[in-house]
Amino acid sequence: MERAVAAPVPREKLRLALSVNGEAREVLTESWKTLLEVLREDLGLTGTKHGCELGECGACAVLLDGELVLSCLVAAVECQGRSVTTVEGLRDGPELHPLQAAFADHGAAQCGYCTPGMLVAARWLLDRKPDATRAEIAEALSGQLCRCTGYLQIFEAVEAAGRVMRGLPAPGPRLPEVHRGSSHGRSE
Amino acid sequence: MADRSERGPGPRASFGAVGKPLRRVDGRAKVTGETRFADDLSMPGMLFMKLARASVPHARILEVDASRALAAEGVRAVLTGKEFPVPFGILPVSQDEHALCTDKVRFVGDPVAAVVAADELAAEEAARLVAVRYEPLPTIASPEEALATPEPRIHDHGDAGNVHKAVALDFGDVPGALASAEHVFEDHFFYQGSNHLALEQHATLAYLDPDGRVVIASSTQVPHYLHRAAARVLGLPPAGIRIIAQPQGGGFGGKTDLFGHEIVAAKAALITGRPVKISLTREEVFYCHRGRHPVRMRMRTGVGKDGRILGHSVETLLDGGAYGSYGVASTFYTGALETVTYRMERYRFRGCRTFTNKPPCGPKRGHGTPQPRFGLEVHLDKICERLGRDPAEWRIENAVEAGSLTANWMKVRTIGLKECLEAVVAASGWKQRFRRLGRGRGLGIASSAYMCGAGLPIYFNDMPHSGVQLLLDRGGGVTVSCGAAEVGQGSDNVLAVIVAEVLGLHPADVRVVTGDTALGPVDLGSYSSRVTLMMGNAAVEAATRARERLAAAAAARLEVPAERIGFGEGRVFDVSDPDRGLSFAEAVQRAEAAGGTVGTVGSYRPPPPPSRYKGGGVGPSPAYSYSAAVVEVEVDEATGVVRVAKVWIAHDIGRALNPVLVRGQVEGSVYMGLGEALMEEQEFRRLPPRLSRALVHQAPSMLEYKSPGTLDMPEVETILVEGPEPNGPFGAKEVGQGPLLPIPPAVANAVYDAVRVRVDEVPITPEKVLAALDSASRRYGPGEFPSVPWPEPLLVPPPWEGGDGGALNEPKRKDRPARRPEAVKP
Repeated sequence: MERAVAAPVPREKLRLALSVNGEAREVLTESWKTLLEVLREDLGLTGTKHGCELGECGACAVLLDGELVLSCLVAAVECQGRSVTTVEGLRDGPELHPLQAAFADHGAAQCGYCTPGMLVAARWLLDRKPDATRAEIAEALSGQLCRCTGYLQIFEAVEAAGRVMRGLPAPGPRLPEVHRGSSHGRSE
Repeated sequence: MADRSERGPGPRASFGAVGKPLRRVDGRAKVTGETRFADDLSMPGMLFMKLARASVPHARILEVDASRALAAEGVRAVLTGKEFPVPFGILPVSQDEHALCTDKVRFVGDPVAAVVAADELAAEEAARLVAVRYEPLPTIASPEEALATPEPRIHDHGDAGNVHKAVALDFGDVPGALASAEHVFEDHFFYQGSNHLALEQHATLAYLDPDGRVVIASSTQVPHYLHRAAARVLGLPPAGIRIIAQPQGGGFGGKTDLFGHEIVAAKAALITGRPVKISLTREEVFYCHRGRHPVRMRMRTGVGKDGRILGHSVETLLDGGAYGSYGVASTFYTGALETVTYRMERYRFRGCRTFTNKPPCGPKRGHGTPQPRFGLEVHLDKICERLGRDPAEWRIENAVEAGSLTANWMKVRTIGLKECLEAVVAASGWKQRFRRLGRGRGLGIASSAYMCGAGLPIYFNDMPHSGVQLLLDRGGGVTVSCGAAEVGQGSDNVLAVIVAEVLGLHPADVRVVTGDTALGPVDLGSYSSRVTLMMGNAAVEAATRARERLAAAAAARLEVPAERIGFGEGRVFDVSDPDRGLSFAEAVQRAEAAGGTVGTVGSYRPPPPPSRYKGGGVGPSPAYSYSAAVVEVEVDEATGVVRVAKVWIAHDIGRALNPVLVRGQVEGSVYMGLGEALMEEQEFRRLPPRLSRALVHQAPSMLEYKSPGTLDMPEVETILVEGPEPNGPFGAKEVGQGPLLPIPPAVANAVYDAVRVRVDEVPITPEKVLAALDSASRRYGPGEFPSVPWPEPLLVPPPWEGGDGGALNEPKRKDRPARRPEAVKP
């Protein structure tokens, strides 16, 4: 859409040192960039997604010094010397984090696009309250949009992961009740 | 590693994979963030592209001055409509789009120029420097305005004036049926448009491979159709173009159309010799749209003494937006599936799509059918109330029988509608609770049907709709490839499960390669809920051919007849003595030694439809899925707020290939249906005349475009009705779209049960509930249906009134051989 021509964005560079998923990283980047852009474009960590870049969808959620933030609303310049955890940092080694395993097994990741932000937000919750109730999970994830699942399998996955994190056995996915059709006409 | 605990002890010959709640084969990548969506791709030397879009809704382009943009820092190229004289469009009948506008712009947001620069910011800044001189034209905001304003035409194609398509079909004498009916009912409805709102915005990366051929990696649900369009517009042989449909962050139909930017990026890569990427903003996605058509409807139904439908008439008026898109099909879809749920003796359909100066509408989950389904199910609720009938019982009593040919010649093979209705009636306590919950709380019921793939391809051809190729390696590895696009729905998993089932493997043993026109055979795309059935059948065929070769080799080794060879647990064995067998890898090696490299193909083409009238190609399907839902709501009469307390939904799945994924599709459909029922609106407003009376989106952001969040989602009880469909792979039907359909009408019917007002349109916002509560008619909804210049109707006798599925007053069509329809089997 045609807009009034704005003055060009200043092009100064920013030297940014921060810790990403436990590793010290240093980048020379544009001073106007968001944390989301630095993660995806400068550090190649494309696991963190964007759905709006206006703080509306939650897809870009990461932990900044352990707090849940929307990386599209955080200026990179604010992250000097700070510590960031993204979806890539949820697991240490090839084994999945209990949340990741539960999301995969309970159908909580359909297209997988909201999943990284959803996982990070759920991790933030379970780190504080591994026995979070359904209502607390829904509240904690209320800033994350998902267009595929209808959320229920996500809630179940977070509950299942919470159990695993508390040392309890992992429940299997909830299955729909199956009725046998009788008037289906021609059978096999 | 994937969980293999599902493997029970001992070899089994079948159903080791089908029906099991296994982790989907692409599940790990999705939870680690490693799934590569289109915008996650980048390449060395990559340039970025931004589009300059029209700021006016309807105008002739007098001049595009790109000189300032071209001179800007970092800019490598500026492209305009001059580069794209060849039009394209998803349907052969409406090739009305240019990759960049040539002579006219038709909505705010129409792309006019593309700027390619070293980085995204430079491209964006330079795109604002593209100066376009326009000669403004009058603008059309609604179908009513379109009907009243034949000139100037938005397009020079279409039926007349600004009517894109008007169709009229008579299946028997409906006015006669209404005249003789015991009761005649008439209702008017409106279904608002909505956006898909897939969380992933569209993105494309185009580049030249090292051999100089064009590659377009894009968020597309239809790589094959994009392949055809890109070849035509770019003037290149298709063999010189490779389309890669990246896994998508949700589609819902929003990536089923062809987008100019996909082709412009390829042209820019050809011009610059560099990789070129474009990633749309959320605002651009709202303006690209191709979502649900806003539809006005009038329904009239004649009912006999016993409650049977003697005649049913539907008129629809669609707001198409500025381009053809799938619109001709969308128009027919507002009538085609009206007959496949309840018996009706005669049926009359009138459908009209108009052009307006707004973003084009197209297919969204349910494509053209949720609107008349909403109308029909609310209409029936009113009819049942007037007749004093229980709406659940009426539906069960009047459900179409298996093996029927409907009034409009749709062939219904298996149907689990009664079972779905009975299941939700029992689960919800319907008989004890309907009309008895007290003021402010209510139950509503609705049911529906959807296709398992369109019976005909988008462009006429005799080739398969889906092809699958299988390659077996000596280590026992299996690679399966297919052109199908993984939108998030789980089609890669369907492919792996089916191949694994036939070959006795675990789905995780199967490597899946999809959506790449260079690496797999054609699949027509992820639309019309066609992939499970069509790709699935092709996969069964390919895998069965491989199985036969392995079985022959194993039989020779074990010295038993091939019929005694079984597959399971990664082994090929003698079913009479399961301990005697070979590993799957050894069976491959022996087959390879005996007959050469083991590679097989399979393909699928749906059975020819019995409908032979013009327009009868829209609606036929190898199978229909059925759904029924009961919704419970609480309505606050002081605020008008509707809260959904619970949803019970049953879906006729044929057979669930993976119950966890099926449940996810059902509940995701319920969720999206609730969004459309209660809040989602793709609505436009006019700016003042000094701003060209532009039609702009009222809320092109995810915050203001309301969609349900975690706190809005009610409890859902999902029930699957299984009864294998002979045309489906292992009996499976679709589940991606059908379960959305009963939700909006069930919500509306529940609101009536709660507060006895009718809101005859969606979304059912608090304002509308309050307006209905305040009105003497106790109703909120559209008034008289506009006068539409309908064409002469095609007269197609229903099967029980004779005829052959063709129209009495239509010249014999050359493209379809005359043929007796398939016999109706009991």
